[in-house]
Amino acid sequence: MPEPLPNPIIEIQNLRFQYPDGKVALEELTLTIFTGEKVALVGPNGAGKSTLILHLNGIFQGKGSIRVKGVDITSKTLEKVRSMVGLVFQNPDDQLFSPTVYEDVAYGPVYMGLPKAEVHARVTAALNAVHMQGFEQNVPFHLSGGEKKRVAIATVLSMQPEILVFDEPTAGLDPRSRREFIELLEELPQTMLIATHDLDLVQRMTNRVVVIDRGKIVADGSPEQILGDHALLLAHGLA
Amino acid sequence: MRTHDFYEPRVSVVHQSDARVKVILTLAFILAINLLPPGTWANYLLFLSLIFSAEILSRLGIGYHLKRSLLALPFVLAALPLLFTLPSPYHSIPIFGVNLQISQPGLERFLSIAVRSWISIQAAILLAASTRFPDLMIALRMLKIPPIFVAIISLMWRYLFVIIEEATRLERARSSRSGAAPYGSARPGGRVWWRAKVTGGMVGNLFLRSLERSDRIYAAMLSRGYNGNPPTATIAPLNRQETLTIVLGLLTFLFLLFTGLTLGV
Repeated sequence: MPEPLPNPIIEIQNLRFQYPDGKVALEELTLTIFTGEKVALVGPNGAGKSTLILHLNGIFQGKGSIRVKGVDITSKTLEKVRSMVGLVFQNPDDQLFSPTVYEDVAYGPVYMGLPKAEVHARVTAALNAVHMQGFEQNVPFHLSGGEKKRVAIATVLSMQPEILVFDEPTAGLDPRSRREFIELLEELPQTMLIATHDLDLVQRMTNRVVVIDRGKIVADGSPEQILGDHALLLAHGLA
Repeated sequence: MRTHDFYEPRVSVVHQSDARVKVILTLAFILAINLLPPGTWANYLLFLSLIFSAEILSRLGIGYHLKRSLLALPFVLAALPLLFTLPSPYHSIPIFGVNLQISQPGLERFLSIAVRSWISIQAAILLAASTRFPDLMIALRMLKIPPIFVAIISLMWRYLFVIIEEATRLERARSSRSGAAPYGSARPGGRVWWRAKVTGGMVGNLFLRSLERSDRIYAAMLSRGYNGNPPTATIAPLNRQETLTIVLGLLTFLFLLFTGLTLGV
């Protein structure tokens, strides 16, 4: 186990989730993430990574409890939680739905009901953070894959979340976009949970690795520990 | 997230019958009941008892069908003007302080339409719930429905779920970004006009993505040799018992229709 940092930011207790067709996706899952950690969530396809991620801001609500900065996720706290947990989806096309990049990045702040000047300041800051200034009036649909990914992050950053959650952030990116993307992640100060198959990214970016398989956590340790354990990787479809 | 099928697996006579038998009988049933003149209540009741019996036989139960048949309600509204446009005698009924003049033959006509569509939709629900979709398509082809129509129905079905899936994901991404400011008193949600604009953008996005996705699916179909005609499996002709079921069913419907036409109002 890594040295526990003092401040838990996400506390998941006995989370259990079953799809309507009866398939159990998560079983009695318990996990705590501390402020400032960069955690990788790895595991084979269908292990429950995406399902778990969709619980972190209440899109899915399973049995058990999840607390974000001490706030229980319930139907009443959804909006509060969603401004604290920024979810970046695997496919940026899911996330970009406005006619211009500016409007897309502004969606979160406008929804929060912030004043116009504040919205503008946040959009500018978010686009700067992902090095996409100057693209305000572009059509998101026509951007390249790497650019879309950056804008998708900006749409979340503009909400000023304290935790960033990524689902397969490097999937489908060409090597240069991927490298630039990882460099960008390294610049961002937020607590991060990254679900990925990209073990190189895990090694470079994270200080804790959680292995999940068939809805259960099967290992939790430092990248050196986990990535050095070939038998473990092999047993859970990671090598 | 139950999106994939109307099919409800059960072990029952209805489920195990050949899809062709079910398609023919369902179509004949719907045709017969809708050809009945308005106001032949006894015959409606007999048709209703027929469909109830089939529902019980299918082991899906009457309740299941009643719940689903609520779908038909909005369509009944289309017949509402009949209440006011048909001839006298009129009855005046006070609703919300206004005296509405409702025509008696209009009311009878309206109720007849409502009851018949309600019974018809139950037959359609029973067919869809007791027959796998591919079997249904094969049955339609075997019944000499033009292949192009069958292709249109099956592709529509296929793409409907593609679009639902895409829409679900868009919706999830939007909810994820719909948060409240952690401080201050601003109420989240935004103005209605702005929300409408966002929804409009999402619909446009959905259209573009569905278009691109369907192009990819079609390319994959072409590269696997799709030529507009789905592969025709050889299927045994109907056996004697199945033919008998169809004939008996058709005779029953004809009898009910005939008595309704001659003895009815």
